[in-house]
Amino acid sequence: MTAYETVIGLEIHVELATKSKIFCSCSTTFGADVNTQGCPVCLGLPGALPVINEKVVEFAAKAGLATNCRVANYCKMDRKNYFYPDLPKAYQISQYDLPICEDGWLDIEADGTGKRVGIIRIHMEEDAGKLTHNDKTGHSYFDVNRCGVPLLEIVTQPHMNSAAEAKAMLENIKEIMETIGVSDCKMEEGSLRCDVNLSVRPIGQEAFGTRTETKNLNSFRSVVNSISFEEKRQIRVLETGGKIIQETRRWDDELGVGYSMRSKENEQDYRYFPEPDLVPIVLPQEKIDALKESLPELPAIRRNRYKTVYGLSDADARQLVFVPAFANFLDEAIAAGATPKAAANFLMVGIPFLLKENNLTENQIPFSPAILAELIALIENNTISSSIGSQVLAELFSQKASPKEIIEAKGWSQVSDTGLISQAVAAAIAENPQSAADYKSGKGQALGFLVGQVMRATGGKANPKMVNEELKKRLS
Amino acid sequence: MQLYEMTALALQKVIKEKQASIPEVVQSQLKRIESTDPKIGAYISTFPEEAMAEAQKQQKILEAGGTLPLLGGLPIAIKDNICTKDMLTTCASKMLYNFCPPYDATVISKLKEAGAIIVGKTNMDEFAMGSSTEHSAFHLTKNPWDTSRVPGGSSGGSAAAVAASLAPLALGSDTGGSIRQPAAFCGVVGLKPTYGTVSRYGLIAYASSLDQIGPFAKDVTDCALLYSVISGPDPKDSTSVMPKPFNQKANLEGNVKGLKIGLAKEYLANGLSFANRQALAKAQAILTEAGAEFVEVSLPLTQYNVPVYYIISCAEASSNLGRYDGIKYGFRAENAESLKDLYEKTRSQGFGAEVQRRILLGTYVLSSGYYDAYYKKALQVRTLVCQDFAAAFTKCNMLLAPTTPNSPWQFGEKSANPVDMYLEDIFTVSTNIAGLPGISVPVAQDETGLPVGLQLIGPAFGEENLFKAAYVLEQKGDRLGLLPRL
Repeated sequence: MTAYETVIGLEIHVELATKSKIFCSCSTTFGADVNTQGCPVCLGLPGALPVINEKVVEFAAKAGLATNCRVANYCKMDRKNYFYPDLPKAYQISQYDLPICEDGWLDIEADGTGKRVGIIRIHMEEDAGKLTHNDKTGHSYFDVNRCGVPLLEIVTQPHMNSAAEAKAMLENIKEIMETIGVSDCKMEEGSLRCDVNLSVRPIGQEAFGTRTETKNLNSFRSVVNSISFEEKRQIRVLETGGKIIQETRRWDDELGVGYSMRSKENEQDYRYFPEPDLVPIVLPQEKIDALKESLPELPAIRRNRYKTVYGLSDADARQLVFVPAFANFLDEAIAAGATPKAAANFLMVGIPFLLKENNLTENQIPFSPAILAELIALIENNTISSSIGSQVLAELFSQKASPKEIIEAKGWSQVSDTGLISQAVAAAIAENPQSAADYKSGKGQALGFLVGQVMRATGGKANPKMVNEELKKRLS
Repeated sequence: MQLYEMTALALQKVIKEKQASIPEVVQSQLKRIESTDPKIGAYISTFPEEAMAEAQKQQKILEAGGTLPLLGGLPIAIKDNICTKDMLTTCASKMLYNFCPPYDATVISKLKEAGAIIVGKTNMDEFAMGSSTEHSAFHLTKNPWDTSRVPGGSSGGSAAAVAASLAPLALGSDTGGSIRQPAAFCGVVGLKPTYGTVSRYGLIAYASSLDQIGPFAKDVTDCALLYSVISGPDPKDSTSVMPKPFNQKANLEGNVKGLKIGLAKEYLANGLSFANRQALAKAQAILTEAGAEFVEVSLPLTQYNVPVYYIISCAEASSNLGRYDGIKYGFRAENAESLKDLYEKTRSQGFGAEVQRRILLGTYVLSSGYYDAYYKKALQVRTLVCQDFAAAFTKCNMLLAPTTPNSPWQFGEKSANPVDMYLEDIFTVSTNIAGLPGISVPVAQDETGLPVGLQLIGPAFGEENLFKAAYVLEQKGDRLGLLPRL
């Protein structure tokens, strides 16, 4: 039986987080009422003309610089012509032969091995409007709000060979775009979407197999699932003596199946030509250099710093850097004096949990990094136990007060009074004679039970270290 | 002389000296339109009530001691491919028969600010595609000097309106000669400005890289006045550019001493009518007499101008006109069975034959496999045409050229073979290809008394010199102050 290799290239669409659209001053805010963000320009009314949003050019150049691309000093916009009701001008303003960024790469890691994935190009374009269909009435509705929202299309080399690698590449792109602040990359809102080009070939064969393109995948899960579906399908076709047809495919995430949309023969001729309503875009080298200078620390460098400077594990560094809001919070908390490991733990477990509980996003932690640093200090100097620390954290989500004020108001200060602890320990031993006997006969785990009893009796406030020592002393 | 027959400058004086009120001026104009436009067909729509209301408003301001802006009280006609808020803007097409733009073109905002009073929207070749206004979906416009002949096109309505005293001023658009050629045919002055000096925002596009809005007037002075109002950079048009504002007054003292004027030998080749040759000789004599110096230059790519123009303009048009699909506004065909069917029926029924011809031609030259041979090649020739002009302008300040090879033709005379009509554009298209300014000014008449206009072509932003020389030609030519009998 032949062993096959999968070859994958991605086309990633990133919606840029500019305040206004690419060619007019309409707002880009997601979720606004239908048809409230439109004007003669994005509606494509006769006579209206586009004017490029400088911010889009800047964001596109930054995206290229952050992905090791060459940013062009001279590029232009082109028209891609096709008819569809969601495209008011019957052409999309995009870039054809002179994209703003070319020849980049990113290092990814998947299944424990690293590799470099090439980026062919990044270009700027406008999004189309949104159509919705009512199956009952047979009517279609058009929403102009998305028309002219700026997009980047990032086209990779066919350098990935597995779903895991494709996912890693997409994750890398997501964290970079978020880190440099050009996109919020919310897949559920469609601000990060991906087309997968995939072919298979017998291992050792140099020539590529015939590829298919699965369009518009909007979650990591659908990327992974559609890839495993499509590679299996193609291998099955070849194994049974069939031929792969070059075609565009669609993925049904609910059913977990892909299906053919149109074959290459039916593909449109887009009749690209230079957009005559816009002048070429000139980016002087000094401007490009200044943009490069302005880039924040990129994820790969940050991950490395978290490992070497903060002493975090590779997995922890990855998890934190993947969410720039958390990573920024971490850096600021550490700058305010927090111990890196302790701060990292809060940002990986307690804080994400509480954000979710409170329906908040990653950017909406309701207290400052300095507050987190204060909380950690209070745990580390034994003012409170770590379990009390978790309760203080929860309080920080519901009230505007410092950890100290919360502890005081709730009477949560850790008890380090020897007399009190001694009394509670004596009571616990008296109430649980069997456990005491077990410990004495060498069953070490009985001690944990007794510690728990003391902690419960003191409302979690007893200093656990002192409780431990007192128990050992009395039971020895 | 009737109020409606006066030039803009004369009307300004009349209003200023209180010999007539603004409502009287506008009323006179509206009555003239009512009585005479049925013979000419210059307008697609008129706005008598709105115009009178505006006239009365301005008169009140004037009587309250306010000062009138530059074009205060002056009636103006607007080509029907320039968007006017809440006023029908049809492009003389069935496709936009009911289209009322929700916004004003930049030139319209400027005119309104300057006090001009829009009396109507003028007829044109559908989507500005044509040289005779015969391609209007609505009606013919007749040449006021001989109503059996065409007024030229595509801005035939605007040129005829000014010639027939249906408006002292008008705006047109020029993509390949659409201002200058009808100006020449109707015996009025028309300027195609340097590409970028007049905002295209709100001009319904035919060919974006060639289109330019420009003024029509009864004489050179009025033409310069209107250009001074509509020109200037516009942040809404990325292709707009104007290094310094145009000052119309500084350019009309008629001094052409020391100016070097080029004559391109390729323009004097066969195919130029006798009347045009005579007019050229006359103009050369006038300008020489006034102190200008003539030099011979060469524009060797002249024979490629028309094909290059039709490839580029049709390519852009095929894309620009894609939006008329029956989905959002304008005409929608009935009984469509599918989306594709709706597109096909709407576009087949909504566009006239000439528009469909140019869309097909443009689609073809942009198609994969043909792009390099046609569109790309045309762009390369375009670069060379610009270089030819640049070389010529190292030897002279401007060129004197015919506007048209022939006099206005009879209706239907050139309809059988579209290429016959395309070839009439030979002297006008190259300025659009190179983005240069050109002005057509009436100089003489042909054997039958029809006006003959000549063209002055300048380097980019060379309008000042063009107006100087045009003024001399007008003052010393045979056509000053002549009005058709209607």
